[in-house]
Order: sequence, then C-alpha cells, then structure tokens
Amino acid sequence: MMEDDVILKVENLSKQYRLGLVGTGTISHDLNRFLARIRGKEDPYLKIGESNDRSTKGTSEYVWALKDINFEVKRGEVLGIIGKNGAGKSTLLKILSKVTGPTTGAIKSRGRIASLLEVGTGFHPEMTGKENIFLNGAILGMTKKEIASKLDEIIEFSGCERYVETPVKRYSSGMKVRLAFAVAAFLEPDILVVDEVLAVGDAEFQKKAIGKMQDISSEGGRTVLFVSHDMAAIKSLCYKSIVLNNGSILFEGEVSKAIDKYLQSGIENSNDNTKIEFTSQKSTFIREISLKNHLNNSTKFIEMGQDLIIDLILFCSENKNDLKISVLIVSSSGEKIAAIRSHESTSQRFQSNNPIRKLNIRIKELNLMPKDYYLTFALAVNGNTIETKNEVIKFSVFENDVFNTGKIPKGNFINYYMSEWSIE
Amino acid sequence: MQQKWLFVITPKTKLIDLNLKEVWQYRDLLMLFVKRDVITLYKQTILGPLWYLIQPLFTSVIFTLVFNNVAGIQTGGIPPFLFNLAGITTWNYFKECLTATSDTFKKNEQIFGKVYFPRIIMPMSIVVSNLLKFGIQLLIFIAFYIYYSLYLGSSIQPSIYIFLFPILVFSMGLLGLGLGMVISSMVTKYRDLTFLVSFGIQLLMYISLVVIPLSLFQEKGVEWLVMYNPMGYIIEMARFLLLNEGNISQFGIIYTGVSSILIFLLGIVIFNKTEKTFIDTI
Repeated sequence: MMEDDVILKVENLSKQYRLGLVGTGTISHDLNRFLARIRGKEDPYLKIGESNDRSTKGTSEYVWALKDINFEVKRGEVLGIIGKNGAGKSTLLKILSKVTGPTTGAIKSRGRIASLLEVGTGFHPEMTGKENIFLNGAILGMTKKEIASKLDEIIEFSGCERYVETPVKRYSSGMKVRLAFAVAAFLEPDILVVDEVLAVGDAEFQKKAIGKMQDISSEGGRTVLFVSHDMAAIKSLCYKSIVLNNGSILFEGEVSKAIDKYLQSGIENSNDNTKIEFTSQKSTFIREISLKNHLNNSTKFIEMGQDLIIDLILFCSENKNDLKISVLIVSSSGEKIAAIRSHESTSQRFQSNNPIRKLNIRIKELNLMPKDYYLTFALAVNGNTIETKNEVIKFSVFENDVFNTGKIPKGNFINYYMSEWSIE
Repeated sequence: MQQKWLFVITPKTKLIDLNLKEVWQYRDLLMLFVKRDVITLYKQTILGPLWYLIQPLFTSVIFTLVFNNVAGIQTGGIPPFLFNLAGITTWNYFKECLTATSDTFKKNEQIFGKVYFPRIIMPMSIVVSNLLKFGIQLLIFIAFYIYYSLYLGSSIQPSIYIFLFPILVFSMGLLGLGLGMVISSMVTKYRDLTFLVSFGIQLLMYISLVVIPLSLFQEKGVEWLVMYNPMGYIIEMARFLLLNEGNISQFGIIYTGVSSILIFLLGIVIFNKTEKTFIDTI
C-alpha cells in the first residue's frame, strides 16, 4: 500500500560528462560510439568514467556527475537536497526537469514536474512585467487561460504592482526574482523543483516564499524538491533530506541528521582545517590548535547556543610556572568580540613535567549569530606575551532553533540573548 | 496494485518521438513566442515595422538595376521589378526560417538549460512569426502589382491556380524548418556550421532562380545547377502562381513535395535526438 504513495522514483540514475574541450577528439569518439551501437555493443566510454571529485586530479576524460542514485519521494513530501558545490545537485535537478537526459537509469513519476531552476528564466527584457508573466507561465507549462485567471494573485504576491506595465529590463534583480517566483508559486504541478532561487530576495520575501512552499506541500498535497545551501531554510521546510557528495548519495533521512552529515562532509575536503599545527625554535610555543563541537567531534561548524571546544597543545621545554593563555573571538570583519582568558577564568596554571601539555578549553553556549568567526590566540609566560597567533583558525556558527520557538534569530548582529517576556 | 507511472525518463530514445499531444498542450507558448518575436524585434527603432518593407523593396530595386538593366537578364513578359520582388519576398521567407531556426539551440541555450518544454516549439514559433512578416511583405507586393497593372498598364495577371499558394508556402516552411532543425542540432557540437549557413544561403540564392529565371539556365545548358534544388522549384512555382510566368514540371512539383517532407522528417529525428542531451555539449 505504501507503494502507492510514491510519486517519484529514481532508479540507478547516472550521468556522465566529458571533461575538457569539445574539440577534435569529439568526432572520433562519436564515431566509436556509433560503431559500437550498430554492432549492438555498449557505449565504450561508459566504462571508463571516474567519480567526480573536483579537487583531485583524475586520469580519465570522463567523469560521473551522478552515479547510481536511488531514492523515492512520497506525495506531499518536501525533500531537501544538500551537498557541496559540484556534488551533483543541479545535475540531478536538470535530469528531473528533463533539461538533459540521464546516461543510465530511470526516473519514474506519477505527476507533472515543474522546475524553478533559476531567476527569471525566459524573461524577455523588452517586454513588460505582465507580458512576461504570461510568457514565463507558458514556459513553465501553464495555459494562457490558467495564467489569466491567476494574474491578479500573481501580481499581488510578487509585490510589483506598480511595475507591471514597465519593461523587465528596468527591474531590479530582486524584483525579477519576486516576479519569477510568484509565477512559479501559482503553478500547480504535482512536483515542484526549486533550486536556490530565494537567495536574491530580501528577508521579507524569503519568508513569504518559504511560507508559500510550505502551503504548497501541506495544503496542496504537492511534492517539493528543494535544493539550497541555506541550512535554516532546509531545516524549516523539509522532513527528509538527501546529502549528495561527489555524485552519490552520502546520506538519506531525517533532515537534522542530514545537515550534520553534510557539515561533516564539508570538513574532509575543505581547505580550512579544524586543526592547525605550528613548529617553532622557541622554548615555549603553541604547537597545535584544533576545534570540536559539543559532541567532541572535530568540526568547525558549531550550532548556535552550543559549546565550542578548543584543544590546545603547548610545547614548554622548561617548567614555566606562570602560563597565561588568551583566546579572542574575532568577527570576520575584524572586530574583537570576546576574550576568554585563562588567568581570569580559572586559577589553573597548567603545570606539568611533560614538555607537551594538552589543554582543553570549553567555551560554553556560544551566543553568536550564524556567521564565520576567527580565533586569535595569545600565550604569555611570567607576564610577558611571547606569542600571538592572529586569526589563525576559523569556525562557523550555523542556525539552530535556540529559543525553541521554531523561529531562528535573524539579522546582521553578533550576539543573541535569551530573554523572558511577560505581561502584567 | 501499482498505479501506472505518468511518465518515465530514461536514456533511451525512440527514432521518431514527436509528441504531438504535448506540443498541442504548449500551443499557448507557441503563440506567446510568436508575439514576443513580433513585438520585440523592432523595439527602440525609429522606423519600426517599416523595416519589414524596406528590406525587400531596396533589394528588388538594386537587383533590377544590376541584373536586369546592367546585365540584361530577360524576365519574359513581366516587369523585372515585379519579377524580382516576387522572387525575393518568397526567398526571404525561406531564408529567415532557415537562418533563424538553425541557431535554435545555441541562441536559447539559457532557457533550454533551465526548463523543459517541447523544444520544437521554438523553431515552430520562428516559422510562424516569419509567416506574419511574409504576409506583410506580400501586401507590399500586391500593392505594386496593382500599381503596375492599373497605372502602367502592364498585362499581368495571376495564375488560375493562385489558390494553391498557401500550400506552396507551407511546403517552403517545412523545408526551412526541417533544414534549420538539422543544422541547429549539428551546430550544438560543430560550430563551423554557423559560418557555412550564413554564406551558403547567399550562394544558394543564385541557384534558386531568385534573380535568374529557369529559362535562362536552360538556354545556357546548365539546368543541372538548379535541377536538384527544391527551393528553385518553389521560387519558380511562386512566380508562376503570382505572375503566371515560368514553366512548371510535374517532376518539379513531386520532387519539391517529397523532399520537403523528407527533410522535415529528418529534421525531427535529429532534433529529437539532440534535444535530450544538447545542453551537455553546447
């Protein structure tokens, strides 16, 4: 019975791309393919593809942008698709929306798929907003009658009422997004594919758009496939999520676990490490700094309101008895936000006979807004600062429902605070 | 019990996969594309749609001066200017259809890369919007026609088969669309063809009987130059229908009809094969 609920089924989907220039080699490869086909053989170039990892050098000209993807989506479900740049998200959506064909495998669907892949697809700059609504709607598969019946709603939702008779080339980019999203929002497909379109709109419009998508799935009983790098949007919209990595599915399941998985996967290949090491000729120096989250996992991604753990390895050839360590949190624009100092926070002096001393600093319940921050370290011996490491390591705070209200604090601030509200 | 799938996307493609039902569903899009082409073509120009008329008129004037007055090509009993105008107007329709459809994929890469709709809508809309332009140019032809017969007293009259003219236009549309689709599909991989088209079409004009009548080719014994060119027959037939001048052969009619249909079918096959994956190669 559960089978009946499945509206979209992706089976062993793979997509191969040829790297490099389309040039003189193309004709010979085409001919080889053609010969293989008329002799009833398999495409000779299908065997030699490699997995698609953009940062490593490969030997084959052919790569798999997607390899053996399998998943199902049920009616009314909102599926989040997350992954790094180049993980295959857009390729997957392109195949879903029939823009390009798969190399092998199949997609089976019980409903009409419409995609909202990018802003203002098919907008003609010389035509007015209204004319473009019709054109865009028709491109997305609506009939003229359908559009005409929803025209007023579309214009109202877009909030561009004043400009409907103005050519679209005079619109701001935000207005174009609004108009484009408004048209797509009133489309009534069974499956709507949305790819990071919301990135351009302002906060108010993003909220409106996310609300509309929620309505589409909950009231309309329609299915949404949503691709985004905005974890907060993914978290608030989706029940289920898949994480793509190098063309294959890394994880499929509950959304918060998927986000964790995604953030983890980011580290392995990322250039900003969670750990940095130093060497020095000095008798006392910081040898290693590494970051962990509250679960003691190595990561540079910390959820709002959670603890940040810093593991510090110091090298002290002499048994210095007065060590002071300061950690500064610095915003990405260079503002010093907070200082955590050993001599203020604790009476510990970290004495040991071992020249290698491992320190563990737990900064509790970071009340920082989602952004990137840097850490600066300073080491003082007997009152003299002997070493400073300015902004050596970066960590990112990501959204979390810290107030337990389902609303994530927004805005360009540094801190957030817990508060209690009452009425007398 | 499993409910049937609405559609399945697989890498396999049928040879002829023209989904007419789907094209019909998107008919509004076709009309909107036509509307877009028409209203945006001459935006921010001073003369606007007058350009539709200036082009064939000036070409005809120059051709008459060069080919008829200077080179002395005889056009039988009809005024050379009308002879040229008829040829150029008809030829222009074919030319516009072919050149505009032949870069369908390249020109619409942006939009084709984002959304799906039956790709054939795009070249079809070009053929239809050019039809509109052709209609306007035909009006100009009619105006001169009346001027010549009433004021200058030329003894010209249309053929009694003039009612077949739409069929001729249709077959010309098929030919232009078919050829354009073949070329546009190949352009996705081999850009060389764009250059070939732009100068090839100019050369083709001279062996398509636009300025030189069939009788002259026959006279000089180089009939083979135009024998296998369906466009040559179309232009000659158009002139026959409009001005009752020229010779029509049964072979020509059948050859033109059959080749138009064959090229159109070939165009659809290649176009369908390309539309599935062209976005990866363009």
